Amino acid sequence: MEYHKPGSFEEATELANKNAGIIRFLAGGTDVLVQLRSDIITPDVLIDMKYINGVKDIIENDDEWQIGVAVSGAEMSEHEKLAQEWPGIIEAMDLIGSTQVQGRATLAGNLCNGSPAADSVPSLIAAAAQVSITGPKGVRKINVEDVPIGPGKTSLKKGEVLSAIHLPKRTNNQGDAYLRFIPRTEMDIAVVGCAVSLEIKNEIIIKARVSLGAVAPTALLLENAAEKIIGSKLENKALEHLAEEASKACNPINDKRGTIEFRTHVAGVLAKRTAKIAYDRARENK
Amino acid sequence: MNKIHVNTSVNGDNLEFLCDPRETLLDALRDRLNLTGAKEGCGTGDCGACSVTLDDRLVCSCLVLGVEAEGKSIGTVEGIAEGENLHPLQQKFIEHAALQCGICTPGILVATKALLEKNPDPTETEVRYWLAGNLCRCTGYDKIIKAVMDTARDLREAS
Amino acid sequence: MALDNQKNREFKIVGTRPDRPDGLDKVTGRAKFGADAYATGMLHAAILRSPHAHAKIIRISTEKAEKLPGVKAIVTREDFSKKVTGENWNVLENVMAGDTALYDGHAIAAVAATSSLIARDALKLMEVEYEILPHVTDVDKAMGKSAPVIRAGASDKSVPEGLHPNVVRYHESGHGDLSAGFEAADLVIEDTFKTEATHQGYIEPHACLAQLGGDGKGELWCCTQGHFHVQKTCAALLDIETSALRVTASEIGGGFGGKTAIFIEPVALALSRKTNRPVKLVMNRSEVFRATGPTSSTSMDIKIGMKKDGTITAGSGVFRLQGGAFPGAPMEFTAMCAFAPYNLENVKQIGYDVLSNRPKQAAYRAPGSPMAAFAVESIIDELCNRLELDPIEVRLKNASREGTKASFGPKWDRIGLVECLEAAKQHPHYSAPLKKGQGRGVSSGFWFNHGGETAVTLALSEDGTAALSVGTPDIGGSRASMCQMAAEELGISYDKVRTTIADTATLGYNEVSHGSRVTYASGLATIKAARDAVKKLCARAAKKWNIDEEAVIWEDGFAKPSGPNAGDFEPIPLAKLTKSMGRTGGPIVGHFEATPEGAGVSFATHIVDAEVDQETGRAHVVRYTVVQDAGKAIHPSYVEGQYQGGAAQGIGWALNEEYIYGEDGRLQNTGFLDYRIPVASDLPMIDTVIIEVANPGHPYGVRGVGETSICPPLAAIANAVSNAAGVRLKELPMSPVRILEAIKNKT
Repeated sequence: MEYHKPGSFEEATELANKNAGIIRFLAGGTDVLVQLRSDIITPDVLIDMKYINGVKDIIENDDEWQIGVAVSGAEMSEHEKLAQEWPGIIEAMDLIGSTQVQGRATLAGNLCNGSPAADSVPSLIAAAAQVSITGPKGVRKINVEDVPIGPGKTSLKKGEVLSAIHLPKRTNNQGDAYLRFIPRTEMDIAVVGCAVSLEIKNEIIIKARVSLGAVAPTALLLENAAEKIIGSKLENKALEHLAEEASKACNPINDKRGTIEFRTHVAGVLAKRTAKIAYDRARENK
Repeated sequence: MNKIHVNTSVNGDNLEFLCDPRETLLDALRDRLNLTGAKEGCGTGDCGACSVTLDDRLVCSCLVLGVEAEGKSIGTVEGIAEGENLHPLQQKFIEHAALQCGICTPGILVATKALLEKNPDPTETEVRYWLAGNLCRCTGYDKIIKAVMDTARDLREAS
Repeated sequence: MALDNQKNREFKIVGTRPDRPDGLDKVTGRAKFGADAYATGMLHAAILRSPHAHAKIIRISTEKAEKLPGVKAIVTREDFSKKVTGENWNVLENVMAGDTALYDGHAIAAVAATSSLIARDALKLMEVEYEILPHVTDVDKAMGKSAPVIRAGASDKSVPEGLHPNVVRYHESGHGDLSAGFEAADLVIEDTFKTEATHQGYIEPHACLAQLGGDGKGELWCCTQGHFHVQKTCAALLDIETSALRVTASEIGGGFGGKTAIFIEPVALALSRKTNRPVKLVMNRSEVFRATGPTSSTSMDIKIGMKKDGTITAGSGVFRLQGGAFPGAPMEFTAMCAFAPYNLENVKQIGYDVLSNRPKQAAYRAPGSPMAAFAVESIIDELCNRLELDPIEVRLKNASREGTKASFGPKWDRIGLVECLEAAKQHPHYSAPLKKGQGRGVSSGFWFNHGGETAVTLALSEDGTAALSVGTPDIGGSRASMCQMAAEELGISYDKVRTTIADTATLGYNEVSHGSRVTYASGLATIKAARDAVKKLCARAAKKWNIDEEAVIWEDGFAKPSGPNAGDFEPIPLAKLTKSMGRTGGPIVGHFEATPEGAGVSFATHIVDAEVDQETGRAHVVRYTVVQDAGKAIHPSYVEGQYQGGAAQGIGWALNEEYIYGEDGRLQNTGFLDYRIPVASDLPMIDTVIIEVANPGHPYGVRGVGETSICPPLAAIANAVSNAAGVRLKELPMSPVRILEAIKNKT
């Protein structure tokens, strides 16, 4: 295994493009090292992103937040302004692994690992986040939901690397939340994950995005489910419709972490619970 | 196989070692630097027995490559006591019988020291969640939590 | 070896809570565990394991691996003794497969190389040709007609005719007239329960450092619960002489029974012999789960009859345990423990030991007992619910007591079950109000405890301190209690005694640290060794005073004349006698060797409150109280620690821990990520009540405490969860999936 420390995204791209074999980018390493230690994937070329200028920065612009690809979960949680604007994203990121893992794990890594159960991904999708991707042909920007294309697979092409994550700035009357179901209180992979981001006006939901994780080959953006709560004050009836739509959208598998039936049912339960939290946050966020 | 030369600081000492890029920081500490206080319980970041601080940030050393230690400052269990004076946490762990076999103890001490530096007045729930990544199979955590809470109280009163 | 007749002895050190002697080493990172040993010229080993649950090994090709620079040797079954028989043959077959891989993870070959990375790379270059055979991992299926035969001819004479060849042992015990008993009942409940296999989950993977020469002499460092057992077994497997191999026990990072078995040590020794270099072998976590010894999984049919007043009229149980591809599932313990807390006129238990394509089960804390308690105590709870009876009152009414006949035969000696139940009933927890969505469960549990071969030496130093050598690895703080008992007897202070776990060259044979035997047996031996030294000290004083040895007594660390008739002499302190011992007859050493058989049995009663999320099926333990008989608590903190640890492991077993096998017979959860042991945030504080009903078989009344603490939790938690969910849970673990399904199917 070769180890490289490029000083720029262009250099990283070039390394990834010119080398053959298995290429992995190293940010927090909490997935790469597990795969390495378990002899699941031993990369031929490992490209450490942490020496690139700006990758550890959280930048607040007029219209967006830009989060560097090597910013750890702990650094995000400690950023008061970001945590205040996007509590759902922060709590999703914070649920990944232990305090120790939080010291290393990154949003970018969670997304690029391609796990359908990645906690931060539904929260980013609900937030309508975008990512910059730097490749041999320059930089392109795509929606987060267009990054994962299947378990362990992303839409990034040979030589391409994630170079930043973009979150919209929040205004008043908006709120987001993320909940996941796990058997223990900590340290598990989501059996189901659910994120909701919404905006209200006079207590009525005027915009909403709902996303589910671990119930399909990739995290899902549930437009039908969101429509069930848009125009409502999240009354019981709206919540029941939301739950139905959430369950309906599931296409899970039976595995060691849960059954199809269980995941489908719990997706509905979590959708209701998550929506309530997001709604309450929007109401408080005046 | 080309080994990489790494300069780093461990518990305040400037050290250097050669390692294969596939070796973890845990491997480097144990096999290259003879610091066996950090333990490998899982190798996959699930047990916390290898906890160290990396530039004051709590991490699992099994999830850090040895080469990533270049230019960094690492803290291990061996650096917690000052000479013959135990850190109050170490003292309380002994007093409270907060260890049985002791294999998780180094990681838990590194982790709780990091917690108390960040939050001198944690609730029981905060201690429990902070330590969720440090598995202990012997104690049921009861005496560990009590030792941490008791240390925190003492440290607050002393400051 | 009976309880001291000094009935009202006031202890000075026993019963206090001094700092443990190994505390400093363990909080500073200095303590040396299995993987912490290094030797000059050391090689690193790795083991190639079968990816198949059941497969004939046609051919192992090692040529490519051998050519990898840095690879020094490869061993297969050929490199081990051809002469072993009996249980040693089973151990060898498990340590390194013969012609068949019997489970996913079974060792096929091993390599030693100059680095662990090279050793791992070498494994990838080894090629094994397998012929895949049909497999079975479920206990009920393994007994079914169509199950593949895992090992023909493995059954012993106990097995009745007509059973599948995978049933290798059979047990039957009990007394009375079952049908008359059930006839007399007002309510009879019969049901089937299942528990999945769990793992001890010690945080330290198995590790060793071995050195063996062509002359048959060797040194071995390893983390084990019993280095004498390792010595004996490795010698047999490598065809060397037992005393030629010196084994040193490292600090041990948890065992709970799982490190009483042998997996890697013979492999490291074989590689060392082949290379004439020290070889270090450390398992990774995945190997620990796949290829060490988890518990049996079980399937159990229980039937119990009760009168309206709570009298149990009869109980019967059928216990089917798979123990992997080797005989030895502890079904007789399961059967014998099942009804032990109850004084029954009519009782019968049947056990089956069944082979399956899983790793060879190993002991785990009271092996076999927790599962039995889960099944029996669940039905007792259900009977109490339906007859509207208080569960502790019913348990008291039917409790085993001194003189009653145990369900498995003998009459009980002095036991402390009633005292546990009474204390549980009085505990504020039992009467505390429950919140909505919560349920309460209680359960009793039983374990035999064990004595076993024990040898101890206590050498006095000239400055009046004592060096105590014991042969039972310290798995939970036992060096502290040994120091306490020695100091108590010698009449010196706690810190004047140093306890060492001696290697196999230093002491006589010591059975492994299992059966909750260490504080009992090594403790008893320590007391006796100290008394032996005291006798010698008294003799030196007698010599000095020129009186009979019998006329000297030992009190609070001083030799004194036994009375006015013995003469008027100034008492001599221990340190003065040891200072001159070189001139008064030479070194003073006390020792004791025996196989004590008075390990007092132990009972416990646990109270649990659990909360169930009706929408997701997630259960959470919110309050927990352990009441257990310790006989005499030598170091109460470590007794509490055993109680809390047993309860915590029980919570894991009850709610989330399980071996998950795929259709392909491969273990799917080989790490702590998906083998979910409780984390700190999962648990409440665990309250403890130490009951002390002295064991007549120990000088101070000690009963082992390590194992009984895991007997009641599965049942107590199941009862709490069932009461919270409003439906009886009959299968462990009570994962959210299972609880939600039970709630949905509620009639």
